[in-house]
Amino acid sequence: MPVLFQSILPELLLLVLALVLFVLEPFWKGERPRSGWITFYGLLLILIVSLLFGTPQASQETFGGMIRFDWFAFLFKMLFLFGAAMTALFFMDHEVLAQRGEAYLLLLATTMGMCLMASANDLVMLYLAIETTSIPLYVLAGFFLHEERSTEAGFKYLFFGALTSAVMLYGLSLLFGFAGTTSLPALGAMFASGQISLGVLLGILALIAVGLAFKVSVAPFHFWAPDVYHGAPTAVAGFLSTASKAAGFAVLLRLFLIAFPTHQIPWPLLLAVLATLTMTIGNLLALPQTNLKRLLAYSSIAHAGYILIGVVAATQLGIASVIFYLIVYLLTNLAAFNIVMVLGKELGSDEVTAYNGLSRRSPWLALAMLVAFLSLAGMPPFGGFVAKVFVFAAGVQAGYTWLVFVGVLNSIVGLYYYLNVMKYVYLYRLPGEDEEKHPIALSRVTAIGLGVLILGVVLFGTIFAPWFGLSDQAARSCCCGRKPLLTFSATAHLVIFALPGGQ
Amino acid sequence: MDFLNAHLLSLILFFPTLAALGMLFLPKERLGLLRWYAFLTSLVPFVLSLYLWMNFDPNQPGFQFEERYVWYQAIHSTLHLGVDGLSLTMVLLTTLLTPLAILASFSITDRVKAYMMLFLFLETGMLGVFLALDLLIFFVFWEVGLVPMYFLISQWGSANRDYASLKFMIYTMGGSLGLLLSIQLLGVLFQTYDLLELYQRWNALTDGTLLGMSVSTVKAIAFWAFVIAFAIKVPVWPFHTWLPDAHTEAPTAGSMILAGVLLKLGAYGFLRLVLPLYPVEARAYAGALAFLATAAIVFGAFASYAQSDFKRLVAYSSVNHMGFVVLGIAAAALARGTADARIALNGAILQMFNHGLSAAGMFFLVGVIYERTHTRNLNDFGGLFPLVPIYGGILIFTSMASLGLPGLNGFISEFLVVRGAYPILTTYTVISMLGLLFTGAYILKGIRQVLHGPLNERWAHGEHRLTEINGREILVMAPLMVLILWIGVWPSWILDVINKAVMMLF
Amino acid sequence: MQFPFLSVIVFTPLVAALIILMLPAHRKNLVRSVALVAATFDLILSAWVYLTYLTQGLEGYHFVEQYAWLPALGITLHFGVDGMSTPLILLTGVVMFTGVLISWGEERNGVSAGIQDRPREFFAFLFILASGVFGVFASLDLFMLFFFYEIAVFPMYLLIVIWGWVVTREYAAMKLTLYLFVGSVISLVGALAMVWVAYQNSGVLSFDLLQLEKAGFSPEFQRLWFLPVFLGFAVLGGIWPFHNWSPDGHVAAPTAVSMFHAGVLMKLGAFAALRVGIMLLPEGAKYWSWLILGLATVNVVYGAFIAFVQTDFKYVIGFSSVSHMGLVMMGFATLSREGLLGAGLQMFSHGVMTALFFAVVGMVYDRAHTRHIPDLGGFAKVMPYAAIGFIIGGLVSMGMPGFSGFIAEFPIFMGVWKTQWLIAVIAAISIVVTASYIMIIVRRVFFGEMPHELEHHHIGDITPLDKLAIVTLCLLMVGLGLFPGLMAPMVQRGVDYILHLLGGA
Repeated sequence: MPVLFQSILPELLLLVLALVLFVLEPFWKGERPRSGWITFYGLLLILIVSLLFGTPQASQETFGGMIRFDWFAFLFKMLFLFGAAMTALFFMDHEVLAQRGEAYLLLLATTMGMCLMASANDLVMLYLAIETTSIPLYVLAGFFLHEERSTEAGFKYLFFGALTSAVMLYGLSLLFGFAGTTSLPALGAMFASGQISLGVLLGILALIAVGLAFKVSVAPFHFWAPDVYHGAPTAVAGFLSTASKAAGFAVLLRLFLIAFPTHQIPWPLLLAVLATLTMTIGNLLALPQTNLKRLLAYSSIAHAGYILIGVVAATQLGIASVIFYLIVYLLTNLAAFNIVMVLGKELGSDEVTAYNGLSRRSPWLALAMLVAFLSLAGMPPFGGFVAKVFVFAAGVQAGYTWLVFVGVLNSIVGLYYYLNVMKYVYLYRLPGEDEEKHPIALSRVTAIGLGVLILGVVLFGTIFAPWFGLSDQAARSCCCGRKPLLTFSATAHLVIFALPGGQ
Repeated sequence: MDFLNAHLLSLILFFPTLAALGMLFLPKERLGLLRWYAFLTSLVPFVLSLYLWMNFDPNQPGFQFEERYVWYQAIHSTLHLGVDGLSLTMVLLTTLLTPLAILASFSITDRVKAYMMLFLFLETGMLGVFLALDLLIFFVFWEVGLVPMYFLISQWGSANRDYASLKFMIYTMGGSLGLLLSIQLLGVLFQTYDLLELYQRWNALTDGTLLGMSVSTVKAIAFWAFVIAFAIKVPVWPFHTWLPDAHTEAPTAGSMILAGVLLKLGAYGFLRLVLPLYPVEARAYAGALAFLATAAIVFGAFASYAQSDFKRLVAYSSVNHMGFVVLGIAAAALARGTADARIALNGAILQMFNHGLSAAGMFFLVGVIYERTHTRNLNDFGGLFPLVPIYGGILIFTSMASLGLPGLNGFISEFLVVRGAYPILTTYTVISMLGLLFTGAYILKGIRQVLHGPLNERWAHGEHRLTEINGREILVMAPLMVLILWIGVWPSWILDVINKAVMMLF
Repeated sequence: MQFPFLSVIVFTPLVAALIILMLPAHRKNLVRSVALVAATFDLILSAWVYLTYLTQGLEGYHFVEQYAWLPALGITLHFGVDGMSTPLILLTGVVMFTGVLISWGEERNGVSAGIQDRPREFFAFLFILASGVFGVFASLDLFMLFFFYEIAVFPMYLLIVIWGWVVTREYAAMKLTLYLFVGSVISLVGALAMVWVAYQNSGVLSFDLLQLEKAGFSPEFQRLWFLPVFLGFAVLGGIWPFHNWSPDGHVAAPTAVSMFHAGVLMKLGAFAALRVGIMLLPEGAKYWSWLILGLATVNVVYGAFIAFVQTDFKYVIGFSSVSHMGLVMMGFATLSREGLLGAGLQMFSHGVMTALFFAVVGMVYDRAHTRHIPDLGGFAKVMPYAAIGFIIGGLVSMGMPGFSGFIAEFPIFMGVWKTQWLIAVIAAISIVVTASYIMIIVRRVFFGEMPHELEHHHIGDITPLDKLAIVTLCLLMVGLGLFPGLMAPMVQRGVDYILHLLGGA
């Protein structure tokens, strides 16, 4: 297969799938779940076909430098496809989403956008991809037209999204204006030569950072997240907080690592400050939450902060750890959100008090929730622990020990509120104490979806070598030899709290 | 026979423990079986120690029947056992008194199995101290003996037993803290706990600094740490306050052992450890020791005289009598190597043995009458002699031994102590002699209040009628009385062994 | 290839936990039987490992298994035990076994002993914890050590919060978890720093402890990182002033968990502090040993006094654990042959002793429904085994010769003598204080008259399984006390290795 096709194979197949769905959907009035199954199996098929035929050999640029075809892009694409497939499963369990075929179409569209985001190698491509991703998500977030909350969520998301997008576009255009090129590698080469003054670069950087910060919900551009997650359909919120965030980080890594050389521009330090803010704000605000969706929203802000530590490190290990973290986070958070969704449907509430007696009503769901939450809290033998250790390791390696300490302290705050939820699940009881008489039914699709995700969380937490190997390979392809394997980064001299005496 | 000779000491030492463990398999309802089992098994160590006595060669210097087993190699402590004339006497005393105490306990009906087991454990604990030639092993047995004694008092004692047992335990443990720390110091310094080696190396260490202080200061502190631990056990005034409580509250057999053997542990500690390890300090502080001993003699006698509780009276008499042991030791410390010192020491060691006999006997006799009357208040008795003539006779006999009547054992040993100490510590000895006067006073007071004077009618008739001492009880007293008389009339069989040991040691 | 003893030991509880989770919830006795079989199996294996190490007089690391886990970062699944950790493996096996026995319990005559509510989840969580504990003791890889360390910590929260004492469980469980987590993550940062610096120095990226020992960290680095790493772990060892979680946690936890907690988990902290803190950063240890010694002294003395004034039976034991773990830390801080030897033995001795204590406290509480000491009494008559067990434990606790406590404490004090004699004198006070409170408790709770209120509770004797547990624990304590040669030479060889790392100090 020609590289040209290979490089956008998933996107093409997604398009085909979307068309198939678009054509067939009207014939199935009244038997909606079929659209869901088509989407699910279609996405799995795409995943398999891409794995068989679309693996990159060496990093290449295609479409005149618009698309970069490397392991980095490929891995992220597979991640998005997997996330979308899982989300399609959960859509089917939702009484409204399952009835509306366009939800699946929108899901496919946004997945395609994300795939493009991961492989964009040019400012123009980048912006187009971001918008392709965002617009379907705006719609999905506001999908329940009859619900005020959902509409509000959709509108809020749209409003802030458009605003930050505009700011970023301004930054991108400035970049083009100063550099005269939109190609990321070319930009990188230009900045490395030091032709453009630092002040200007920092300004541009800040503008672009606004847009990306919004996408990955980094403070101070995080405030939309709780409201949107809370209002949006839970399955959508899950997708938003995982795949969409991963896509944002893919762009962040790509753009910053290729276009902005760290020895010219001290962006890691800026990001370190942002990471501190994000982690702290996210965790502290998660503490008082009693609504699980809002709690997960704040926790997902906090996780963006942890992930940023890896970005700040800007070493190969840092990038690999970010990718690993994103994969684990996708597995875990999708599981968490969808447990909340299932329970919200059964219990009629997302308040934590509604979870009283859960472990007696449904021991398996309680256990799944335990695994997901402990993984979020960073406890072994679940993926969250390993991911956190990698990110912290990268931070320490790059000399950002202080930042790692911030992360460490924050994860303790996190542990508190995650465990607190488990208290409701395992300890408190329903009034009357006859929970066994009110078992919670679990639909087949949810059972499959959660089973896969939880298994994934455990797998990533125990046998992590293959997954880390993939992440590492992706990381290597991304920075294309700019950073030698696992050495101290050039940023070490910027460190405030350096490792003394490391001779 | 070879096996017996090679392992004689460990057999004596551990046989009671094995017997106690064997007791676990006996049914706890069969009281008779349990009692006789305990009694007969406790006779085995006695027979073995008689065999030991026969085969012991008093003329041979050093320790005999030595045994050495690996114990705690990591800190260089070995299970090193051995006897010389000094410890041999004490071993004999212990193995003799234990069967008698068990025999005396046949009247116990509550939890007999546990009681007998504790007694047998106690015997091992006491024997271990006398047999140990390793400082750590010495300490191990020193402390471990506390446990059975504690439970004997706290479980089978009388009304105020909780307080008394705890006081006994905490006093002794607290007292041994200094000992423990000093032992650790020695162990750290020399990497060995073997006594024979420590004797040489610790004494060879004379100058230089240790722990930031001069060696002599450290030695002085360690000396006092040892002394306090042993002084509490002896007990020397003013560390004696646990003793009246413990003795009074303990069951009869417990008191017998407590007075008969446990107090000797302290005195033995002085002789085995303090004098050889700290000759210089002992000489320097001998005056203080003599002062304390004299105080014990005098105050012990006074206090004893003031008691209205028969058992407390006997208990304080122990303070008084043990004072002579310490006085002898103090004299020996001051004038080490002189003939006078040796005489004093001979007296002190013999006094240990004698007091063991007479105090055990006295406590038993108090127990005998207490079992019948359930009172120990001297004012409740009176004129009992006609009711119980045999008991009365035995009581007077034992009391006279305690008083130091010539012809009985107490006289010999106290005379030797006073004779030896007089040239060395004249003033203290003179005061002690005055104390001896009060010894007579309180003993006569005791006899008078119990046996003579107006008869308390309560004991003469009806349900409270006092019964005569029975055969088993006489059996308990008989060996004691025989020995008391024997030593009083012909002491050389034991003094010979003691004297030769003293000649070699000091 | 030899039989992979250690991995089987480590993963057996995990597998058992999974099997137990699969069982139907209402078949409580089936769940318990599976748990008991797994625990017995692990006990036999750990005893085998112990005896092999002992009888063959081995030295250094044995039963080594190494599997590549993440070669890119030099992480391996590396198991191996030496003289220090072998006794702890045995200890964990014993506590796991007895913990299961104790949790079996019974439900009759108004006595609801053991775990009657959701035993399936209970044993599953308990076994996950056990797996983590085994893992830490056996790990020779820094990453895996943390991995198992955290696995050992988090089930604690659930175990306490779900099955704990109603009054304080939520507070205590959260406090405990957060304290331990804070400590461990701080240590983790230090550990990561070590790995990178070692990589920078040697060019070999490895989390292997044996490699890191040779890393040759500069003295400045060691001094900077020793305290965070050591104290981070020592939090779990209950070092003052970070001991606060421990009594609360002990008291709130259900019996078997308290046994595990005080018996094994605190050793986990101490062991990791030794393994990572002292053995990897010997220079730092030498530099800061005075501070650790000081803190440990406060532990020992202060813990004993606080225990003395408690009126809650379980709090007394809780604080006594703080006091005794102080002795372990003290032994570490001496960095001397004797001190470390004693600390190693004390870890085992205290583990067995405190497991026994908590087991007995649980038995009393199940029957009396109160732990207020003045309201208790006379239990020796109804449950003589428990009373004798407690007394033996008490004797161990006060360092009575002839019992394992003496064997352990004596060398510790010798070590302290070598280092700072004044501390030895001060710490010795705790012996008398301990003796007093133990004796007072024995008297109040087990002897004397049983209060009238209690007689209505139909207090009966403990079950045969409970007796088996008590006898097992007692035999270990007495056996070790009488024959120190059963363990001391092994620990001694472990200590020699540590001293070698310390530069033959």
